[in-house]
Amino acid sequence: MHISPVLWQFLVKWLNASALFPREASTIAPYADALYFFLLLITVIGLVLVGALVFGFSIRYRKEKHPVAIQVEGSTLLEATWTIIPLALFLIVFVWGALLYFRIYNPPTNAMNIYVVGKQWMWKAEHPGGQHEINALHVPTGRPVQLTMISQDVFHSFSIPDFRVKREVIPGRYSTVWFQATTPGTYHIFCTQYCGTNHSAMIGEVTVLSPDDYDKWTQESTSGMSLAQNGERLFASMGCNACHSGSAAARGPNLAGVYGSKLQLTNGSQVLVNDAYLRDAILNPSQHITAGYAPIMPTYQGQISEDGLIDLVEYIKAMQSNYRVQQTLTTSTSNQAAPTTPGVVKP
Amino acid sequence: MSATSYTIVNLPDQRTATIPKRNYLNNEDGLLSWLFTGDHKRIAILYLISITFFFFIGGAFAGLIRLELLTPQPDLVASDTYNKFFSMHGIVMIFLFLVPSVPATLGNFLIPIMIGAKDLAFPKVNLLSWYLYWIGGLFTLAALVLGGVDTGWTFTTPLSTHYLNTHVVTAATGVFIIGFSSIFTGLNFIVTLHRMRAPGMTWFRLPLFCWSNYAASILMVLGTPVLAITLVLVALERLVGIGVFDPTKGGDPLLFQHLFWFYSHPAVYIMILPGMGVISEVISTFSRKRVFGYTAVAFSSVAIALFGFFVWAHHMFIMGVSNYSALVFSLLTMLVAVPSAIKIFNWAFTLQKGSITFETPMLYAFGFLGLFTIGGMTGVFLGALGMDIHLTETYFIVAHFHFVMVGGMLMAFLAGIHFWWPKMTGRMYPESLSKLAAVTTFIGFNLTFLPQFILGYLGMPRRYHAYPPEFQVLNVLSTAGATVLGVGYMLPLLYLGWSLKYGAIAGNNPWQATGLEWQIQSPPLTENFIETPIVDHEAYDYEWLAHKTAQEVTTVG
Repeated sequence: MHISPVLWQFLVKWLNASALFPREASTIAPYADALYFFLLLITVIGLVLVGALVFGFSIRYRKEKHPVAIQVEGSTLLEATWTIIPLALFLIVFVWGALLYFRIYNPPTNAMNIYVVGKQWMWKAEHPGGQHEINALHVPTGRPVQLTMISQDVFHSFSIPDFRVKREVIPGRYSTVWFQATTPGTYHIFCTQYCGTNHSAMIGEVTVLSPDDYDKWTQESTSGMSLAQNGERLFASMGCNACHSGSAAARGPNLAGVYGSKLQLTNGSQVLVNDAYLRDAILNPSQHITAGYAPIMPTYQGQISEDGLIDLVEYIKAMQSNYRVQQTLTTSTSNQAAPTTPGVVKP
Repeated sequence: MSATSYTIVNLPDQRTATIPKRNYLNNEDGLLSWLFTGDHKRIAILYLISITFFFFIGGAFAGLIRLELLTPQPDLVASDTYNKFFSMHGIVMIFLFLVPSVPATLGNFLIPIMIGAKDLAFPKVNLLSWYLYWIGGLFTLAALVLGGVDTGWTFTTPLSTHYLNTHVVTAATGVFIIGFSSIFTGLNFIVTLHRMRAPGMTWFRLPLFCWSNYAASILMVLGTPVLAITLVLVALERLVGIGVFDPTKGGDPLLFQHLFWFYSHPAVYIMILPGMGVISEVISTFSRKRVFGYTAVAFSSVAIALFGFFVWAHHMFIMGVSNYSALVFSLLTMLVAVPSAIKIFNWAFTLQKGSITFETPMLYAFGFLGLFTIGGMTGVFLGALGMDIHLTETYFIVAHFHFVMVGGMLMAFLAGIHFWWPKMTGRMYPESLSKLAAVTTFIGFNLTFLPQFILGYLGMPRRYHAYPPEFQVLNVLSTAGATVLGVGYMLPLLYLGWSLKYGAIAGNNPWQATGLEWQIQSPPLTENFIETPIVDHEAYDYEWLAHKTAQEVTTVG
């Protein structure tokens, strides 16, 4: 038979281009792969065992060889064996899987944070320093990166197979995932939760850069306004500063340093102020009244986009004093020119 | 050695044999006699025709999906059309084929006969459940004809409630109604098995097929109402915006996930348990041995049914359930895997010291053992928390549940159809052709779904219309396998249809099996038994059968 050389070359190229195993490009990947190979091993052993039993018995006890069956009721010993051994193996897998799960979902405290907003059908990444990306994400090697993600519409799921990480991106609540990239290169981002018409087009690329290249990228691609600076503008334009002015007589609680603290609410519960709490308190204030304050804050549901909420959260997170709040407050009531920004809020 | 000793098939002399003059098939004539029948056997046949119809509709969509995925580009159909394809494939295959497959056909036909009863406890409810099935089926078809639905079979909010303008409510109504059909079937089986066993037929003399259908019935009766509630909430959310699942109104979309999987995980066991029952019967018959550890197999069915209710959140490990609940649900998932492993080994050891022959049902059962082992073990991959993060929502999970549902359940269903076909119709099918079909199915299946495990580990997401070009080779393999699989499924349709008229007369007990159903004529009388049988032996008692056969010969002589 003769195969045309063109066709042959095409076939060889096509087969060589085929992926068979994902790259290991994060610190988590080797851990995930170790468990995967262990699971593959016990699967193969189990399959070979079942195959050997079925074929072995089929050959040995086929009708020609063994015309009359010998009735056996069962065997407690054998049955105990194949209850206990699988159970033990599955429990090992359980513990191993749980350890891996906590490794993937518990970020180290020094992780740098990047926000990701999912919407039909794109990923928007927002770096605190004011870099905005669509269907792309630039991260450095050697630094843990935490993604704080939220969906603007339906369920999405943020997956980077080469890092072995994935997390559902849910409307109305922040979810997080972290990774530490090890090898510079570009890797797929997939949306893995079916999200409507262009689900399969909701893809992107993570670009992993060496720390130097990453610093260069950050400087070159910033929009000039950090998320916190955007948040500050929003804080003033939405009139938040009117009540949350930080003065003792203010109608709203003081927000300086509130992030990370424990707050006593009027309903008696105590909450930890984190990103999710701040977001909920803006959208649904009547459920989150700080003890000692009147329930007068209106809801901002439908008035601020998820991006805007992220800006506000970033601003409140970074707010150490009320100096600038009062500055902007004075600015908006007096007709003086805005002060030149002396100390830019650090991203 | 003559060929006859390789087989246990024992057909009557074809020159003198006839189909019994009176049987359930010709007891009454005319379409109306079928549409208004209360006979569990006729209803089983109605179901068999109906689910076969829907199986090939679902299969056609599977074919179209695989055809589109032949190339990385979204070039065969538009994205919306593709999304409708996989949604219809899922809805039709799960609710209209897999859930009713074994219980409504083989279960309906066999359970009353196996326990020595004349019919199910509520024959009219049984007929009603078939009509409900069709009303639900017509709603689903209406959703299809009117323009389709693209929610996926999972109806996930807020996508299904706020973002799609396809026929979501029509399809959901269909599934809602089919649910009641399933509840009625389950209820009927439970009452029948409790109240209508023949004298001497104790619980531990029941064939294992009855045990596994009993376990599945419990799941149907307890689980399906939750699905119904969930679908009603989805419809209300969509039509009037009640806000139960809508975060902007204080609702929680994760609540939908909890409710949906509270049914849909047990539903997996509704689908697989009756299939396991078939495998027990087939393996026992063709190795001439009582099922190894009968009690363990019986109780493992019940254990699966009970544990099956407490593992639903393993579908949500990456959705932000708390770490503690993730731990608990992962542990329970590991525990529910154990009874399945027990069953596999018990079946394997049933072969030991048997006298094994390899007729078509046995080949399908062997296929089941291999494929279900892979399907079950890959389930352990997904139950392991950290592994699930990488694997869930990819083709790995697609391959996993097809191994369980198609490799497991469909193989079991075909094993059962081939096993009881002579009882249901009184005729045999061509043996070599049916063996060919079994082998073709097995090969085609593996070729279709093994590459999908690799694709899944590579990260290819499920429900993708287009994919990166480096995944193409594996997708081409998978599509090639699907064509082989398609042939494997078409063959039985052809030769089983052929056998209805031209097949050899099967006689009462072609496989020399022990169940009560094999001791009566084929096809059975409408009333099954002329006089109520009195059961004085265990299930799978081949010595009793040999004794009985020997006596029959002496009395005739």
